[in-house]
Formats: sequence, structure tokens, C-alpha cells
Amino acid sequence: MTGLRFGLALAASVLALGVAQAQEPKKGGTVHVVVQPEPPMLMQGLNQNGPTNMVAGNIYESLLRYNEKLEPQPSLAKSWEISPDAKVYTFKLQEGVTWHDGKPFTADDVVFTLDKFLREVHPRWRPIVNAQVEKIEKVDDLTVKITLKQPFGPMIMTQEVASAPMIPKHIYDGTDYRANPANNTPIGTGPFKLKEWKKGSYIHLVKNENYWLKGRPNLDEIYWQIIPDAAARAVAYETGKVDVLTGGSVDVYDVARLAKLPNTCMTTKGWEMFAPHAWLTPNVRNGILGNKQFRQGLMYAIDREFGREVVWGGLGKLPTGPISSKTKFYSSDVPLYAFDPKKAKELIKASGYKGETIRLLNLPYGETWTRWTEAIKQNLEDVGVKVQVENTDVPGWTQKASNWDFDLNFNFLYQLGDPAMGVARSYITSNIAKGNPFANVGGYSNPEVDKLFAEAAIAPTDSARQELYTKVQKLLADELPVLWLLEMDFPTIYRCNVKNLVTTGVGVDDGFRDAWKE
Amino acid sequence: MNLAQFLAGRLAKGIVVLFAIAVLNFFLIRAAPGDPAQVLAGEAGAADEQLLIQLRERFGLDQPLLTQLWVYLKGYLTFDLGFSYRQQQSVLSLILDRLPATLLLTGAAFLVSLGLGVLMGALAARRAGRWQDSVITTLALVFYATPLFWVALMSQIVFSLKLGLVPNVGYESIGANYTGLARALDIASHLVLPALTLGLFFTALYARMMRASMLEVAGADFVKTARAKGLSPGVISRRHVARNAILPVVTLAGLQAGQLVGGAVLTETVFAWPGIGRLMFDALVQRDYSVLLGVFFISSAMVVGFNILTDLVYRLADPRIEAVS
Repeated sequence: MTGLRFGLALAASVLALGVAQAQEPKKGGTVHVVVQPEPPMLMQGLNQNGPTNMVAGNIYESLLRYNEKLEPQPSLAKSWEISPDAKVYTFKLQEGVTWHDGKPFTADDVVFTLDKFLREVHPRWRPIVNAQVEKIEKVDDLTVKITLKQPFGPMIMTQEVASAPMIPKHIYDGTDYRANPANNTPIGTGPFKLKEWKKGSYIHLVKNENYWLKGRPNLDEIYWQIIPDAAARAVAYETGKVDVLTGGSVDVYDVARLAKLPNTCMTTKGWEMFAPHAWLTPNVRNGILGNKQFRQGLMYAIDREFGREVVWGGLGKLPTGPISSKTKFYSSDVPLYAFDPKKAKELIKASGYKGETIRLLNLPYGETWTRWTEAIKQNLEDVGVKVQVENTDVPGWTQKASNWDFDLNFNFLYQLGDPAMGVARSYITSNIAKGNPFANVGGYSNPEVDKLFAEAAIAPTDSARQELYTKVQKLLADELPVLWLLEMDFPTIYRCNVKNLVTTGVGVDDGFRDAWKE
Repeated sequence: MNLAQFLAGRLAKGIVVLFAIAVLNFFLIRAAPGDPAQVLAGEAGAADEQLLIQLRERFGLDQPLLTQLWVYLKGYLTFDLGFSYRQQQSVLSLILDRLPATLLLTGAAFLVSLGLGVLMGALAARRAGRWQDSVITTLALVFYATPLFWVALMSQIVFSLKLGLVPNVGYESIGANYTGLARALDIASHLVLPALTLGLFFTALYARMMRASMLEVAGADFVKTARAKGLSPGVISRRHVARNAILPVVTLAGLQAGQLVGGAVLTETVFAWPGIGRLMFDALVQRDYSVLLGVFFISSAMVVGFNILTDLVYRLADPRIEAVS
């Protein structure tokens, strides 16, 4: 780390948008969006469930936003400064920001949120703040200083709205956070306010008239409609009941058809922050699955291109290793596994496989996953591996995955903008923890991998980090602690007259600040 | 046995049954894998040990099972159905919120199917063997055999998408802010498809049962007597046959009425109807124990209640039943 890194708050991001679209945003209008399933609550500090984020990302805000290249942009922090030793982060807050109830937003709220509230309740922020942060302090009403114990590369990526939503101190300080009645009437600083939540039907957000960013939001209202059936959602879009089908809300085989409808646009952008990676986790504790040659054999046996083309309707991209090509620190310099049943048979034979039955745990997230499971079962049986598919509902899957009760387990995980946050957790020894379906459930443990991930997280420069991550990708692609199947694309389908919907790396989740309707 | 004694006996039995159901439900739900804390943690996409501990503490899952059972039963004795930590609301208010929509849907389906089914069945019986009978029995067979979800989706595609006659999902036009009559009409237009879909299956059942029952009674001696007296076929059919043939239909109607709450999971899901069925289904996949137990309890109470009511209707429709009960 040399010199001073400066993040500049620029109206430039807004200006650049203005130039690019060459059209003045129109004011007013209502947009109907699908959210599925219904969120359990909208208090984003307490719940980071996908549908919660999708709606609450318009109510709450964090210090930073991230563009499609995952570069930090100003949000509640108008500028930030990182000390030359990369240990002190100073955030300057926007002036004139108020909560939805009219109280001013100040540095006290930031300190309360990051140091007290999220440290107690947020499963993603808690480990970071506990391990990396020495102190969080208020400098003045509009300045907050975070001092780290050591340099931590991904620090600047931790302030996405679902990971660190700002929480009003005057409502939560000194209360039992989870039992606070205010959880039903979320108060944020965001461009939209909660007007009404008719459980089972819709969530109604209205424009925050006192929003700090002048001239925003453009829209008057957003209705988030709750329609449980995927086919009914597609019909609702076709009949004009909804304008936006968010990622994953219609069946994969419906996507191509819907995208061809008149006045319909589709984008797969807006998922760069999460960059979901789908894979099979072998439980390396269970007999033959602990054998590297066997795992490599499985990888050669699986026709991943078929999965992408047929099961996922051509969406997505084949991954080469643990890090998504959409995020930083990706390296393609790794051992590759093309579909090769002959080679698979040789490796499986050499591994000493004796025909034991492998239990494959299906992911109960709908038909597409079941089809994929069937295709893979076929692939594996073609090379002589006996497979028994196990089906459960979601809680059953969660329990089996968390308690390591499987031989091969489907899953897809978010990468969260930096390998130290979304990638390392699936491979490092210290994260072999029962009870968490998103930990290192396969039980893979390798001191070399642990060391590389640990060093990469706190390496002082991006180039030093890249070098370490390149090494670890190469190593993991050889060892195959998980079998990477797909860099998933979640298409957002919307009417073309909804403009500026996906402008950041988290897409629709914080998309309505700048959106407008023609 | 007089009516009061009969009622008291039935109510006492009903309460014992409800208690048994409540205890059984408690253990059944806990026999399913996974608990609400795990589900919530799973949905969050990240979890650590501490989060699970915090959640279990909040849901009261860290208590011994018998303590949990005691808390649950004690609540029910005071009409407190518990609190859903997942939805941050009392179970009773969640249920009461959804009950009107469900009663509207199942009530409409009940009336439509009972009326239409009895009429179709009676008509088919009178025209037994003729083309009207063939049409009705064929239709009834098709409605009876077709899966509900398929009918639901096809009706959406045909009547909403292709013909544009009625909306395909929801309870009312969201964001339209209708009031008074306009709102009632709007809700009615949303009600058409789900009520008909849900009603079709029972319409078929009623029609088949009514037809079979009418034909059976038509062969009875007293009908022959009536015919011999020279009464017109219409009068025989209405006064002598239909009245006697209706008893099995009452049984079936009692069964359907018992399902008025909680019987429409699939229809509510496909038509995004904000009712109890969906509340229950969501609670099931989220292992939201308190909500699930609450809905189970309310719908069990309805079934028990309608059984008693059906027995009463029997006694009114056919006084001979009193002698044997």
C-alpha cells in the first residue's frame, strides 16, 4: 500500500448516468414488482433474507453503494479516506439527511449501528467487526472513524446495504432489538417509505419527500406484489398486473418466452455483488469422497455445459474455480475439467471406488434444481457411480446440510464482493461448524489453503492479494473440495418503459432510487 | 334424548377431541426435520452459532419439550394462540387478518358447488339414460378427475390472458383504491376464477352423489305408490325423491363446510389469494410452529363444529335419526 487512497463523492456518478441515457427522467408514476417469497420482515438489520433485501434496500441505506464493477460509490457517506497504513477509514457523511420520522441522521447513528446494533445481531458483520476492528468512533456529527487491528482488504466492500444497513439510534438504543415494536414500521433514510403491508397481498412503498438526494426518487410509489405461483407470476406480467419480474421469479423455461414479448427488456446485470456460484459439495469425511481422484472423476463425468444449456436455458457461465469471473481476484490459470466420461471412468477406477451408493441431496428450490439433480445422477451413473437422490423440503435440507448428513449436496452461495467474505468461508478449516448450511459443510481442510486465504484477506495491496488468490484458486481447482457447476445468472425481466432500474452491482435491491417510468 | 342433552354430549366430546388434536399437532410438527431458527438462519444466507442460539432463545426452543408443551396448552386455555416471532405479530391477529378472504373464497365455492351440483345431479337423475344425463355425468367425471392446479392455471391462461375477462391473481386491484360498490365488484371479479376452480371438484361430487341417491330412492315403494296415485313426474321428483335423496348430500356438505377454513391451500397459492391456506403453507415451509399450530387448531375446531351442526341438520331433515343416536 503506497500513498493515499481517496474515494471521492462525486455528483459525477449521477451526471454520467444523465449523459448515458440522454433523456431527462420523468417524475411520478407507480411500478409494480414481484417479490417472492413474502419477506418475513422488513427490518433489514435483523433479517437478510433475499426478499427482505429486495424490498428493504429501498427503505434503508448504508454508507456506500457499489457500481457494476463493484467500485465503492457514495451513499450516506459522501466521501471516505483510507490512511496510508490502510488501518484507518474515515467516512464523511452527507449533510441534511433525516430519518423517515424526521430526526436527523448523524455520526451517532453510524457508531451505534456498526459498533452495537449490527455487532449483536448481524451474522455477516459480527465476525468482521469482532476480528478486524479495533474501534469505531465519532469525530464530529458528520464524521466517523473506523480503526482496524490490521489492514483488511475487503473492508471497503463491507458497507453494502444488506450487510450494513444504518439503523436509527433514537429508536433502538437500549431496547431489546428483536422485540422492538418498531420492527413492523421500519424507519430508514432511504428514498422510499413503508406505507402499508397487506400480508399475503402486497407491500406498498411511497416516495420519501424529504430524501437527501435532491430530485430523487423519481417514482411516487412501488407496489411489491406477493404471488406465490411461478406460472401465475408469468401470467400476471403478461396481463400487465406487474411491471418487473425480479431474478428467479419465473421458471427458467419461461424466461426466453417472456423476454420476447413486446415492450419487454431483460438484463442479467445487477448481481455482480452476489455473483452466485452453484456447486456440489462432496462430504470429504465419507469414505471414497475423501479421495481427490474420485472427486476429479466426478467432475469429468458431469456434463456442465448440458446443465447450462438445457437445465438453465443457456443462462450463466461455466466456472473454473472458487472465485466468480464477475468479481475481483478471479484467475483462469487453473486446472480445467472438460466433459470427458472416459477419463472420468479411469480416475474413478484408480481411486478404488467399489460401487458404494452415493447419496445426492437435492436442493428443494423448485423444478429446475430437481431436473439438474436428475441430469447429474444420469451423468454419474453413466460412469458407473451409484447415486441415490434424496428429496426434502427446505427446512429438511437446511438441517441435513447443516449437520453434514449427505454425500453430495447441492448449494449456491453469494460471493459478496470479495473472496475474503463470500468465498473463503466454504473452504477454510476454521469454518467447519455444525449448524450452518453455508459454512464449510464438506469438511475440507488444508493448512496451505487456510494460510493463503488468511494472508490474502490482510495483504496490503490488491496485487499482493491477487497473487495469493491466484495460488489458492489453482490449488483448489486441483483438490476440488467442491465441484463448481455454474456461475448463475438471474435475469430481471421488465417493461422497457421502466428506466434506470438496474444501475448498481446489487441491481433491483437498491434499484428504485434512480428508476423512473416513461 | 332431548336436544339439549344431545348438544351437551356432543360439545363435551368435541372438547376432548380438540385437546387431543392440540397435543398431537404439537408433537407431529416437531417430528419434521429442521426448526424455525434453522430456517431463518438458512434464509439469511449466512449464519453463525450465536445467531442460532439467539433465535432459539427467542422462539423458546431452548426450553425442554414438555415446558414448551405446557406453555402452548396454557396459552390455548386462555384463548392466546401465541406469537409469531418470524412475523412479529400475534398468531390470532395473523389468522383473523386472513380469515375473511378465505371465508369469502370457500363460502362462494361452497354455495356454487352445492347449488350447481344438486341441480345437475337431480337433472341427470330425471333424464337418466338420455343425452342430458350423459353430458352431466361426463362433465362431472372430468371435473372430478382433473387436477386442481391444472384447472387453475388453464383458467388463468384462457380467461385472463387470452380473453382478458377477469384478473388472474390477487384479492383486489392493487393500487386502485376503489371504495364501496366499485371495490365490491373489483373483489368479485377477482373471486370468479378461484371460486369456480375450487368449486368444480365439489360440484362434481355433489352431482354424482345426488344422481346416484335419486336413482336409488326412485325405485323405492313409496315412489311407486306416488306414481300409482297419478302424481305428476315433477312433483314426485321434487317432493318424494329429492327430499329423501338429499341426506347423503348433507353429509358431504358437512364435510366440505368443515374444510371452509384451511381447505384451500392450493387454490389460494395459484391465485395469490391472501387467505388462511397460504398462511398455513408458508408457516409449514418456514416451520413457524406457533402459526401452524394456531391454524391447525382453528380449522380443527371448525371441523368439530360443523360435525355437530351436520348432526343437527340430520335430525331436522329426518326425525327418525333421533331414535338411534
